[in-house]
Amino acid sequence: MKYFYYPGCSLEGTAIEYDASTRAVMRSLGVELIEVEDWTCCGASAGDVASYLLTMVLPARNLALAQRTGVDADLLVPCSSCYLNLRKVEDHVKQNDKLLRDINQVLAEEQLAYKSGIRIRHLMDVMANDIGPEKLREQTKHKLSGIRVAPYYGCQALRPYATFDDPERPKSMEPLIEALGAEVHHWSMGPKCCGAGLMTTKKYVALESVGQILKAARGADCIVTICPMCQMNLDSYQRKVSKNAGEDLTISILYLPQLIGLALGLSEEELKVKSNFVFTRPLQEKLRAMSCALSAAS
Amino acid sequence: MSSHKSDTSLAASAPVAVDSMLAIWEKVSACMQCGTCTGSCPNAHAMDVTPRQLWRMVLLGLKEEIFNSKTFWLCSSCYYCTLRCPRGLPLTETIGALKRAAVAEGIFSDKKSPAFYRTFLDTVRRYGRVREMEMMTRYFVSLKNPITPFGFTSLGIKLMVKGKLSPQMPSFFGKRKLDAMYKKVQEVEARS
Repeated sequence: MKYFYYPGCSLEGTAIEYDASTRAVMRSLGVELIEVEDWTCCGASAGDVASYLLTMVLPARNLALAQRTGVDADLLVPCSSCYLNLRKVEDHVKQNDKLLRDINQVLAEEQLAYKSGIRIRHLMDVMANDIGPEKLREQTKHKLSGIRVAPYYGCQALRPYATFDDPERPKSMEPLIEALGAEVHHWSMGPKCCGAGLMTTKKYVALESVGQILKAARGADCIVTICPMCQMNLDSYQRKVSKNAGEDLTISILYLPQLIGLALGLSEEELKVKSNFVFTRPLQEKLRAMSCALSAAS
Repeated sequence: MSSHKSDTSLAASAPVAVDSMLAIWEKVSACMQCGTCTGSCPNAHAMDVTPRQLWRMVLLGLKEEIFNSKTFWLCSSCYYCTLRCPRGLPLTETIGALKRAAVAEGIFSDKKSPAFYRTFLDTVRRYGRVREMEMMTRYFVSLKNPITPFGFTSLGIKLMVKGKLSPQMPSFFGKRKLDAMYKKVQEVEARS
């Protein structure tokens, strides 16, 4: 099994643990990742304000770089925002021939050409459908018994393109959580919005969304995410959100490959579990009791 | 452009963004005002104009009112409205088109969001990737408001402690990574 790998900017910065744990888990599962050479930003949601063509060209450059290698493989994307931007190009050029010509006119500046046809896959999709729960069950070294996990999908992996899961009631993470021996925290917040970029421009609105999610997670040991923006929003403002709510809403926010890696017996350095802001003591103790590779409580 | 559309008040009132506003009008012209978008929007509670009202204003050509509202700057691109719209309208994308039109016309009640997005794109143009530390610094400078950065100090410090922000030196000299592509985008868009 091999994939092109597009980490995206967040995975080089605020989400280094997502990058590290994705690579480590894939390596341990025998999956080869070919990082797209010289990849650049997908445009995030900022392209919106400048130019439509730019919002297409920025992701298309990366697709063209992958295609230039001649390797036949799907493109694996862990970040939901990058995933959507890359997917959007594929979708929009199918409906608009002129757009494809315009994109290629711009890409010609870098001697690149893009043609429709590369499959863009979210990490969630690959984990659930290509790797699957059976493989994870086989490879699990430390069953995560007694750990209650709230599966959080966020928005852009599910909507608007409902490719691999139900965009209103997603379930793809549940068999994986169970395969690791953990328990699913059933809630309705899985596909809800964390506030995304509003945390920078309209903080009071995003804090409200984060508060609702953290409250609904009461009773779980951790929330597991598949998006760097969601992880950061849920993880970074817990003190403030708890203060607003008048109760302690502290909870660990792990990336899916971090949770999987812990069960597979990977080390905390490989999974960078200390890079998340919150790592609650009860969760650390439960993991240590299952002899997951963790150093003394911090 | 068909003649019946250029008769709308939209086309009559705005020479600069006529084309973009017409394109926006076309995107939502089938709106039947059911309000599913508003009911699905996680941020509607903070908006001065609800999404349903916004589409009506677009159809009526109330350009000033649209651009002076905060609504589209409060979109967090969750795509619930797009998913659930019974008419299948691309509502989230239309919000993007409204942001572009507002910035192109220079009318927006909200100064922070356009400044943030501009800084983001400049950083990408220069380096090809986002360098968070430098981007936020430049964003704060562009706001010309000495108070805003303090809202982010504790997050910045936490990120640095975790090794998630490297205080890279800005390089204002030398070739900008995506300059040629950005220029070509402008050229191609001006032509069409």
